[in-house]
Amino acid sequence: MSFMDRFVSGWRKHRQAATDDDFDYAWTMSIDLDRCTGCGACVTACQAENNIPLVGEKELAGGREMQWIRIERYWEGEYPNAKLSFIPMMCQHCDSAPCETVCPVSATYHNQDGLNTQIYNRCIGTRSCAVYCPYEVRFFNYYDHHWPAPLDQQLNPDVTVREKGVMEKCTFCIQRIRQAKDHAKDEGRRVADGEVQPACVQTCPSEALVFGDRKDPNSNVSKSINDPRAYHVLGELNTRPSVVYLKKVDADVV
Amino acid sequence: MSSEQKPMQYSDVNDDIVRSLVVTGRKYYITLAIAVTVMVTCFYFPWFYQLYYGIGAAGMNNPTVWGTYLASFIFWIGLSHSGTLLSCVLHITNSEWRKAMYRSAEAMTLFSLLVAVTMVMVHLGRPWFIHWAAPYPNQMELWPNFRSPLLFDVIAITTYLTGSLIFIYMGSIPDFAAVRDRTSGWRYHLYVLLSLGWRGTDTEWHRLGWAYTFLAVLIIPLAVSVHSIVSWDFAMSIVPGLHQTIFAPYFVVGAIYSGTAGIVTVMFVLRKYMNFEHFITKIHFDNLGKLLLLLSLLWSYINILELFTAWYGGTSTEYEQLRYKLTGYYSPLYWEMILFCAVAPLLLISKKIRTSFVPMLILSIVINIGMYTERFLIIATTLSRQYLPESWRLYTPSMVEISILVGSLAMFITLFLLFVKIFPSVSIYEVKETMPKPQKKNGDRSW
Repeated sequence: MSFMDRFVSGWRKHRQAATDDDFDYAWTMSIDLDRCTGCGACVTACQAENNIPLVGEKELAGGREMQWIRIERYWEGEYPNAKLSFIPMMCQHCDSAPCETVCPVSATYHNQDGLNTQIYNRCIGTRSCAVYCPYEVRFFNYYDHHWPAPLDQQLNPDVTVREKGVMEKCTFCIQRIRQAKDHAKDEGRRVADGEVQPACVQTCPSEALVFGDRKDPNSNVSKSINDPRAYHVLGELNTRPSVVYLKKVDADVV
Repeated sequence: MSSEQKPMQYSDVNDDIVRSLVVTGRKYYITLAIAVTVMVTCFYFPWFYQLYYGIGAAGMNNPTVWGTYLASFIFWIGLSHSGTLLSCVLHITNSEWRKAMYRSAEAMTLFSLLVAVTMVMVHLGRPWFIHWAAPYPNQMELWPNFRSPLLFDVIAITTYLTGSLIFIYMGSIPDFAAVRDRTSGWRYHLYVLLSLGWRGTDTEWHRLGWAYTFLAVLIIPLAVSVHSIVSWDFAMSIVPGLHQTIFAPYFVVGAIYSGTAGIVTVMFVLRKYMNFEHFITKIHFDNLGKLLLLLSLLWSYINILELFTAWYGGTSTEYEQLRYKLTGYYSPLYWEMILFCAVAPLLLISKKIRTSFVPMLILSIVINIGMYTERFLIIATTLSRQYLPESWRLYTPSMVEISILVGSLAMFITLFLLFVKIFPSVSIYEVKETMPKPQKKNGDRSW
């Protein structure tokens, strides 16, 4: 293999680290929009699980809310015939993620589970990942956030509290995935389907959210992503998201 | 003009320029005091406040996470562009009129680059870790991300800064020596150090000329690449309105455009307040005016192309972006930019305007206001309208941001004021090359 060939193939692998690699697991979430009631339980669960600060009314109005998962609402038509549709939106853990290529210090990268992770310690706060992300799911710590007592007692000890100047986003509750993987490794097996659930999936009352390993063909999530209703949000951008949405095509809209 | 009354002699050049270094009037001290005060109160205090409080002190919000800091960064990088680049191009093409203005133009490059780097520090969420973006060996074996356009940027800008610094310094060595021989006290010791023992032998001149031309050739592609890479920070994203192949030439033209306008402003000020009427004349303004006219036409052309391709592409996101730019919340700024950068410079078609100093000053300032607006709009209009309409949100700069913008201008002026007292701001030896050779009293030219 000539030097040039090695350089080209090496660069290709480096350029699209996640696209060609074979990962231990391929964590995937499917969201059934026909089941979702838009209740917002996932938002609250995420807030509690991941030590996400409440920014207060003023900052919320200024557009600096911290919501790793949010319910996007779209209204169509005027009052008597108004129609509301909504879609839970969180980090899509793209396999070809625009945010990963742009970070100058590699603070965001693809880990061995095919997850798009954020290293808070490494982040220098260029905020370029948030610009490059088409889903607008990256949240910047504009301040040091504080939890007034006794709320500081309820912080999750498994999750870092982020300081001002760093970016953060949905991790698919990586602390739970790590725990399940450790447990499975001790018993010398793979993580079983349903053994690990992010907080949002665990909370969803209508079971619209399903989480699991796409590499296991019998897992619930593998079945649901093969549903004919399945699609990716902004799939035309070719970011190869790990979050799949299920929605019956609405004849009124099309 | 006095230069037409009495022919200049070699010694007059030395006298004039050494005087500009040594003789310092009250006006200078007052200006310097104002500039330093504004810099400290408008730049450093708000910045320290922001460091303590978080980037929340600025007006940025969730979709628009970049703001005026980055706009200022592009603006200062752009302003840096003409100085050294123009000086190099004119050196290679043997343009006589370059010789009186290139030193201050190169200084402008250097100082605007320094201000631009400072703006990056202001922009970062955790600037105290900025060294992590540099590829240095460390025990953790952690390297920066070589795929990142931002990392290309770090490398390009540091290279350009180093190149420009060496270029301006090397060109000044004979002048440092000339000043060394006419000063005393601490200045003498400073210039002894800076002139590196220059004696003016033939070998020294020969080597200087060779190295200078070599660097000039090296810096031209470097300067073009720097602003192309700055544009990639934006164009390599998939944000509608930023994701465009035209961005690299667009930024390069914009940079040279605003940089040339900046040179006109600086030359006006130098001419007026440093009494350089002999050296900086109507010819310089006329030539720079022609260059500005050409650049404004190029800039307008690229702007029209940008609009046309967005419209022709016809995807809903690009189309919305186009509609928003022309008629949305920020559209008054857009039309202001068109007026200042595309329409007003058409006045330069008249020679009368090109050769009159005050209209040229006004035009150059107007162009740079327009160019700042352009950089602001590139960030504000695109980031506030991306793919998902639910997260569309407007962005307005906060007082901290505006204050830091004013302060960065004061920082530039402070650096320049210090420069004119340390560097001979007009090249002594090259100006002499443009003058008639010294004569004996009977008019015999053979020395």
